[in-house]
This record gives sequence, structure tokens and C-alpha cells, in this order.
Amino acid sequence: MDSFVAILQLFDSTIRLSAPLLLACLAGLYSERAGIFDIGLEGKMLAGAFAAGAVATWYGSASLALIAAIAISVALGLVHGFASITHRGNQIVSGVAINFIAAGTTVILGQAWFHQGGRTPSLPNTARFNAINLPGAETLREVPIIGPIYFELISGHSILVYLAFLLVPFTWWVLYRTRFGLRLRAVGENPAAVDTAGISVPWLRYRAVICCGILCGIAGAYLATAQGAGFVKDMTAGKGYIALAALIFAKWRPVQAMYACLLFGFLDALGIRLQGQSLPLIGEVPVQLMQALPYILTIVLLAGFIGKAIPPKAGGVAYVKER
Amino acid sequence: MSQPFAKLPAWADYGLLPLINLVVAFFVAGLVVLLVGENPIDAAVLMVKGAFGSGDGVGYTLYYATNFIFTGLCVAVAFHCGLFNIGGEGQAYIGGLGVAFIGLSLGDTLPWWVVFPLAIVASGIAGALWALIPAWLQARRGSHVVITTIMFNFIAASIMVYIVVQILKPMNIQSPETRVFGAGGQLPSLGWLLNSVGLNMRSAPLNLSFLISLVAAFLVWVLIWRTKLGYEIRTMGFSPKAARYAGISELRIIIITMMISGALAGMMALNPIMGAQHRLQLDFVAGAGFVGIAVALMGRSHPVGIVLAAILFGMLYQGGAEIAFDMPNISRDMIVIIQGLVILFAGALEHMFRPTLQRIFFGFSRKKNETAAPVTAGGNQ
Repeated sequence: MDSFVAILQLFDSTIRLSAPLLLACLAGLYSERAGIFDIGLEGKMLAGAFAAGAVATWYGSASLALIAAIAISVALGLVHGFASITHRGNQIVSGVAINFIAAGTTVILGQAWFHQGGRTPSLPNTARFNAINLPGAETLREVPIIGPIYFELISGHSILVYLAFLLVPFTWWVLYRTRFGLRLRAVGENPAAVDTAGISVPWLRYRAVICCGILCGIAGAYLATAQGAGFVKDMTAGKGYIALAALIFAKWRPVQAMYACLLFGFLDALGIRLQGQSLPLIGEVPVQLMQALPYILTIVLLAGFIGKAIPPKAGGVAYVKER
Repeated sequence: MSQPFAKLPAWADYGLLPLINLVVAFFVAGLVVLLVGENPIDAAVLMVKGAFGSGDGVGYTLYYATNFIFTGLCVAVAFHCGLFNIGGEGQAYIGGLGVAFIGLSLGDTLPWWVVFPLAIVASGIAGALWALIPAWLQARRGSHVVITTIMFNFIAASIMVYIVVQILKPMNIQSPETRVFGAGGQLPSLGWLLNSVGLNMRSAPLNLSFLISLVAAFLVWVLIWRTKLGYEIRTMGFSPKAARYAGISELRIIIITMMISGALAGMMALNPIMGAQHRLQLDFVAGAGFVGIAVALMGRSHPVGIVLAAILFGMLYQGGAEIAFDMPNISRDMIVIIQGLVILFAGALEHMFRPTLQRIFFGFSRKKNETAAPVTAGGNQ
């Protein structure tokens, strides 16, 4: 029974750790499916987390913090759009620039405004997205097997976690069952065809970049006001890049993106769990190996051992109308 | 976009345009300085004073510039082939392992002028090998070199932590670093060079690898513009299709270019490890691999431009450290913002000011033609 609960707790932290990955990964999905590569997920998440931390400190409201995070992240997304859609700049270069701007600005402003070495003050529970106990969780707890699963695993997460997982079917629906989704996918594969049909390629791509910004903002707000209690310097710690890896892993599809994020979240949770522990047969697993595993897996995938990942055809290419 | 306007003269293309981009980047950075409640002009004065106002300031500025020359060249060589190598950070890390290997094993017995060439080769090979797999994946599997080099940065960081903490760190040291190299693993300082122009460098760590970085810049110029290989690299970067028609092997060029690029990043490790700290410290790269991106974009991928841009960023690094004393709200992270803004304006938004500039130049040249036309007409009469 103890090991059963231990495993449940492992899966529980898997869900907590995958939620920001999933949000960022879906954000990248919207953007890249429309043909705009986005290395800047990391930066947008980081800026969002800082905005959420700062606003929650000043106004003590989690929902205001969420709105601020989304606003700043969308603004950075629009910068990316301005550079790569309007001015046809290199999308990768633009994304890298956004990452640096976010990394530097959050620390400088954080230090200047809060004087705590780049972090925002620790938030009280009233200014955070707290865990929600689903109805009946306490009463069902005593029921064997199902009770603990319901109580430990499904209930007791913040609303943003549920939002992240609900966004998976929603994204699938948008992408494959709506006119907007059809056009979004088309503009990533063959923008000339979309243009010929009389639909504005730039406006469509701008909308995709805005969707990406919204989701990155939610991911940032989750880090600062749900998972943590306040912003910490460089708190995304490469999550944006792992989300990018998950996106490739999932071959740019929403449901598979969820599986990939759960896998990477599980590796993260397992790494924390195994820290300093010795396993039978293998001995102590270095933490560094667990940290590098998502990247190694992605490289192995890209090398073609798990199947070929083919990105959207027009990805990374600015659309030029007059040719 | 076809070019409806006159082609820019070289001085505008390579001098004026980067300058405009830089000015805009600094203007936005100045807004951030205002936002934290300091005076941007005072900050700029402090920065220039800190970087060039004293002998040790100059020494530190050129010391940092050495790192950025190497990583800037690394990014630039890949740019010429149409590749974007974000992996300079990881390649420099692994290059550091090469330097440490030579420094630890030979530094106690051999003189520095024997150890140094070996360390150059070792760091280059280590960096080149770390770039090999992303290069192969790009050439053979078509997986984007940007994605793979980012992944390799993280993998390199994990490997470094493991190797330094678990294997190389002596038992009696707390911080993650190796023991200090023997005398042979330490490069001579360039204090005499600054003394000859009347500056006292004091404890600044400027060392011989600065000269090596200048040699590397010259060799890159020779490679790119004066050799057959360089011609093939530029052809591949300009038009992969044309390169294929010309019978240039894509696989060969991509792998060779990325390995040269990785080797340059790896050699960056010589400067902090053999030149300054005389031991391998965990975070010796400290973002220099990423600064290289800004340096290469700023310098328009030309070695001369890169050396100038590297000195500029060296100035920002050194001056940034000095500012922090007088303006506690501005730390060295300010450089990260400026770096990002330079990448944004000189890289992603490079086309923003070009059409305007071209229009202005076109206006000039047309006016000149109009005034020139009657003269020739008069001559015919």
C-alpha cells in the first residue's frame, strides 16, 4: 500500500510538472503550425512569470496576475510577429533575441523594484492559484484503489493545471474542426494557397502568434502563482526548450504533445525522487543524466530512431506576396 | 522582396546600417535604465570610463573581447554556410574539457610554449566533435541545427557538472572546479603590451590568447574569402541549390563548416581557463557563446566587424561591472538586455531600416544623375 501511494505521488508531481510544459508546448503548436518557428517560448514564459509575480505582489490578486502575464507575453509575441511576419526577419534570430531580453529585463526590474536579488516577494495564499479539492474527494478517499487515485492524482491541483489539460481537446477541436484551424494549418504548409483563396496570410499568422502568447502567459503565471509562490530569477530553467522538444516529439500534434509533456514531466519528477537514492542493479543514477534525458531522447528521435519528425512545410519561411 | 531601390554603398551597408541598429538598441536599453530610476547618460559615461578609463579597465575589456572574438567567429562561419549555430555555449564547455585535459596532464612537466599549442588543438578538437552530431543530423536527417545545438548545450552542461563534480574536483575543494594547473598550464600575461602604450594593467587577466584570437580572425578571413573551401561554404549559404548543381557535397560542407565553427567556440576556453583562472571552473563560459550571436550579427559576419563588435561587448561587460558599484540597480544582467536588443535590431529587424535608407540613397543618386544629364547633353551640342 505504501508503494502504491508513493507511485501515486510520483504521478501526482508528474502532472504538476507537466502542466507548464504542456501550456508552452501547445503555445508553440499554434505558432509553428502557422509557419512561425518560435524559439522564444522560454522568454515569453519567463516574462509572464515575472509579470504575474510582480502584479500579485502589488495587488494581491491571482487573476490580475494572470491577465498581466498574458498581456506581457502577447506583447513579446507581437514583437516576434512584427520582426518575422511584417519585416520578414529570421524567426530563429528573433526568438533568441526575445529570450535574452526577457532574461535580462526580469532580473534588472526585479532587483530594482523588489530588492531581493531578482526575485519577487513570497506570495500569500490569497494571491495565488490554490489547489482545488474536487467534490467528493474527501469522502471517496477511503474507497480502495479508486479513492486514493481520485484524491491524490485527479483532485487537488490548481485551476491552471485543469485548464492546461482541457486545452488539449480544445486545441484538437480548433485545429481540426474549425475553419480557423484549417486555415492555420494551411498557412503553415502552403501560404500561397491561402493567399490565393483571398485570406490574409499576415493576419492569420499574427493571430497564431497571439494564441501562442496567451498560452505562454498562462504557463508563466502557473510557474509564479500556482507552482511557486512568487517569481524567482530564471525560474523557467529551460522549460521552454523542453516544450519545444516535446513539440517535435509529438510531431506537431496536440494529443501526442500531451503524452510527450507527461513523459518529460515524469522524467523530471523521477529525477527529483531518485536524487541521492540508490537503485538495485544500476546503483545511483546521476541527477545530471535525468536532467539531460529529455534532450537526449529528442536527439535520438531526430536521428530517426523513433520515426521521422517532419515540421510544417512553410515553417521558418517568411511569406512574400509578390512572387 | 525584389530590390526596387539602389544598392547601398558598402560603407552604408557595413557601417551606417549597423550603427543605426546599434543606436536604436541602446536607445531602448536606455528606456530600461530610466525604468529602474537611473540616468541613462550617466550610466553610459560610467560604462565607458569603467571600460577604458584605466589600465586594468582596458585589460579586462580586451580579456572579455577575446572570448567574444572566438564565439563570434564561431557563429559567423556557420552563418556563411546558412547555418545558425546556437551551440557555441556547449561547444565552448566541451572545449574547456580539452584544455583541462592538457593542462592537468602536461602542465606540471612541460613549459607553456609546448603545452599551449597542444591545448589549442585539444580545445579545437573537443569543440569540433561536439558540433559533429548536430552537423550530421542536419546534413543527413534534415533536422534543424538550431534545435539540436540547443539540446546539445543542455547536454553539455549536464556532462560538465557530472565530470567536474564527480571526477575532476579534488576532495579538499568545496566549489566545483579542478585543481590549479602547473606552471606550464598558465599563459603569459600581455601586461607588456599595455605597458608599451603607457598603461598599467595591474591584475587584469589579459593574456596571450587575445593575440591567438586575432590570428584566428585573420585565418577565418583567409578561409572564407581566399580559399576554395570558403567559396564552397559561401555558395552553400547563398543558394544550396546552386551548390548542388555545382557538384558541391552538401554533407561534406555542412559537417566541415560546423566542425570549424565548433572548434572556434572550443578555443574560447583557452582564454578563461589557461589564461586567467588556471583551472577549469564550472561556469567559465558564462554566456559568451550566446554573446557570439550578437557579435556575429553586429559585425555582419566579417572578421574585422567581429573584432570591433567583440571589443564593444567587452566594453559592455567590463563597464557593466563598474556601473554596478555606483548604480546598484544596474547589474551585469543589463548586458543580457543589450545583447538581446542588438540581436533583435541588427538581426531579426535588419530589414526595418534598410528600405528607408535605400530610398534616401536612391533619391540622392537620382538627383545626381539629373544634374549630370544636362552637362552631357550640353557637350553634344
